[in-house]
Amino acid sequence: MATYTLDINNKKYNVEVTKGTSLLWVLREHLGLTGTKYGCGIAQCGSCTIHIDGSPTKACTFQVDSLVDGQKITTIEGLSIDGSHPLQRAWIETQAPQCGYCQSGQIMQAVSLFDENSNPSREEIKAHMNGNLCRCGTYMRVVKAIELASEIKRANT
Amino acid sequence: MSIIDNSVSRRQFLKTSSGVALFIGVSGILPQLISCKNVNKVQEQLEKHRLTAWVQLSEDGQIIIYSPAAEMGQGSMTALPLIFAEEMDADWNKVSVKFSPQESAIYGSNAWGPSGKVMLTAGSRSTIGYYPVMRKAGAQARYVLMYSAAKKWEVPITELSTKPGIVVHSKSNREMGYGDVVPFLEMPEMIPDFTNEQLKRPSEYRLIGKVKERREIPDKVTGSAQFAIDIRLPNMVYGVLERGRVHGAKPNLINEDHIMGLEGVLKIVRLDYAIGIIAATLEQALIAKKQLDIDWSDAEATGFNSQEIYSEYEKIAASNQKGKVITDLGNVKQALRTASKTYTIDFKNDYVYHAQMEPLNSVIQVASDGQSAEVWVGSQQGFDPKLSLPKTLGIAPENVVIHLQYLGGGFGRRSMDDFVIECGLLAKEMLGRPVKLIWTREDDVTYGAYRPLTLQRVTAGTDIHGNITAFSHCVIGDGGNLVAGGIKNKFYDIPNQFAEWKETTHGIRLKHWRAVGHGPNKFAIECMLDEIATEQNLDPVDLRRKLMAKSPNALATLEKVAKMSDWDSPTKQGRAKGVAFLEHSGALSSGVCEISVDRNTGKIKVHHFWSAIHAGVIIQPNNVEAQLEGGIIMGMSSVLKEQITIKDGEIQQSNFHNYQLLRMEDIPDSIETAMLESTESPKGIGESGTPMVACAIANAFLSLTGKRLRHLPFTPDRVLEVLNS
Repeated sequence: MATYTLDINNKKYNVEVTKGTSLLWVLREHLGLTGTKYGCGIAQCGSCTIHIDGSPTKACTFQVDSLVDGQKITTIEGLSIDGSHPLQRAWIETQAPQCGYCQSGQIMQAVSLFDENSNPSREEIKAHMNGNLCRCGTYMRVVKAIELASEIKRANT
Repeated sequence: MSIIDNSVSRRQFLKTSSGVALFIGVSGILPQLISCKNVNKVQEQLEKHRLTAWVQLSEDGQIIIYSPAAEMGQGSMTALPLIFAEEMDADWNKVSVKFSPQESAIYGSNAWGPSGKVMLTAGSRSTIGYYPVMRKAGAQARYVLMYSAAKKWEVPITELSTKPGIVVHSKSNREMGYGDVVPFLEMPEMIPDFTNEQLKRPSEYRLIGKVKERREIPDKVTGSAQFAIDIRLPNMVYGVLERGRVHGAKPNLINEDHIMGLEGVLKIVRLDYAIGIIAATLEQALIAKKQLDIDWSDAEATGFNSQEIYSEYEKIAASNQKGKVITDLGNVKQALRTASKTYTIDFKNDYVYHAQMEPLNSVIQVASDGQSAEVWVGSQQGFDPKLSLPKTLGIAPENVVIHLQYLGGGFGRRSMDDFVIECGLLAKEMLGRPVKLIWTREDDVTYGAYRPLTLQRVTAGTDIHGNITAFSHCVIGDGGNLVAGGIKNKFYDIPNQFAEWKETTHGIRLKHWRAVGHGPNKFAIECMLDEIATEQNLDPVDLRRKLMAKSPNALATLEKVAKMSDWDSPTKQGRAKGVAFLEHSGALSSGVCEISVDRNTGKIKVHHFWSAIHAGVIIQPNNVEAQLEGGIIMGMSSVLKEQITIKDGEIQQSNFHNYQLLRMEDIPDSIETAMLESTESPKGIGESGTPMVACAIANAFLSLTGKRLRHLPFTPDRVLEVLNS
């Protein structure tokens, strides 16, 4: 067992877990941040996508020991207080989720594209989102939601 | 630690609710009004009658409508309450939705047969089953409100009407909000039974067909929607199981002492087919699982090689072995003898896996005295509303409380209770402590319950005019009705038809998989039609037009999709279109896809997909579109990528690196859906998209290349092989 201090969604958490534990289990089972989902455990499905210092990262294969002091973690719970992030609003407008299980990961993956590129092409969106699986087949609407959010962003700037 | 409880047991609901619950009785019992504050009175009523509580009103006008179906993304938890609210004339903005208690005697529907009273979210039947129930109950709720207002105002009820959330007496220009009626609510002595004629006509609907938003979506974009895997309870421990790679093999644990000595391990639980570990934390359980040293026995599946079995199936197809007859119309044998031309084609499909994104899991706490249990689970429910747990745990059904959670995908997999029973067996060993059982993705793939592998031999005959006079379909495979679904051709006017299923068995676990038999069977049927069309130099849509002449609703979907896809115009260079038709749960649908193929890699690209569906009254058009989009994507995934293979009984795939699903890069440019107008009662739409994909792609491929895809999935290597043949 080892003790770790984590900076998650601008809050400090202390946690005592077995060395080598994946960040996903720390978030979900030890800290109760269950918006980040377990899908495959081998970084193939993207359901566990979070941000470490702003970069989309698969939490399932990221060991808690690998965190460097001061690294900031953002999970879906920290994306907005009330679901008002432009992508979350677009996700609702397009009624994108079905079962919803993969959607936290989809949104977290989309955020970095949205932040960097206010006018992504369809091909850029597909390439950026290719690591996130959805079994319900919501891909068409995920694309639509990203396009919609980007369009609104462009209109407002 | 805290949990948000989406479901409530009946008792809890009655204890914690304020306001008035309006109990609309099941047949023959009058509705009852019960103040939720008077718990004793409520209990007394419940002892006396089986009552149905569909709705709860508060004085502030807020309404809770209870939804009896599981929510796995198909939208029932919005659609079903919406139907109720329509007839109640409720203000939809004041309605909130909760899952009903898991009590099928009260909340079951008749969708699974006349004996009725089943809560099972499967087979695209939720809306079919609950449409009449919810309409009638909603209308009765509205009647009680009007009756009470009439009494209060001392006017005849016939002078009253409603508008959303308000009772209106237009003669005296008076209005009373539904919430304002609550203090005066009074039960009439008689309440109309509300026949269809007394309910709203579809043209009068203001919610059905109009409301776009699904209720649970806001929680699904913030991560707050709760799935069973998210449950955390005080004092909870974790369970995992090792089930091996051969279904049915029995384990012999070699290193028990070592495992018990590992950090956090609390208990080893032996099952017939698995070794279970209970540990203080999930990671400790998983570490121990990896270190298990197990000798596995042989099983029925030992020696089975899935990709070599087809030759045996071909022999069975040709043999005199009697199958189970599914269709026997006219005289196929004679029609084939006298046919001017006959066609015989074999179609094959490999096993596919559900791959629902939330791996199987549940949380169960058996009380310290072993006499009651609480269960948190994402289940499609079942014929046993308590999910086999009373038998597993030896606890009376009324003492097993199921808290239904959102399902991270179902597709048929969560209509099995295996994972719930497993969790029960572990929890029984830890009395008083909640146990969370998690299947790893590897567990979920390897110990899956697949859509069966089949071979289908289809023989058709045409007369001298080219009319199809005989159609004979033999499916060989394991899994009973799983392989037989969708084999009937009710909407094609073919005078002589025969269909049978010849059973095999390999000891491989099998289960419904979104539309199951429809996928492979429609693939075979629809490809045979295009084979005949090609041979006769007929347009595939024209051929189907002729066959559907006596089925106007089916024909309408075909005409619509032909128009949408611009079928009659030439397709872009290097591309081709293919068509398919199917019926599922009463819904009729036609689809057209446009594809191209990379002749170097064998990769098929689907550019567009159009579908037109006739499904009666459409409750939520936007959601029907979503279901068809999703169903078509899932169909593409299974048709182009997915394959479970078995060597010497061992499942060869284990996770998404070797069980590939369709990814974003492979989506079409567009999927368009049209819903045909109808006032018929709603049909099921959840499984209408998936089974049209295989045939539409194969038919487009035939048109594009003149070559035949006859074995699912159409992986690039298989496509290349066909192209080079």
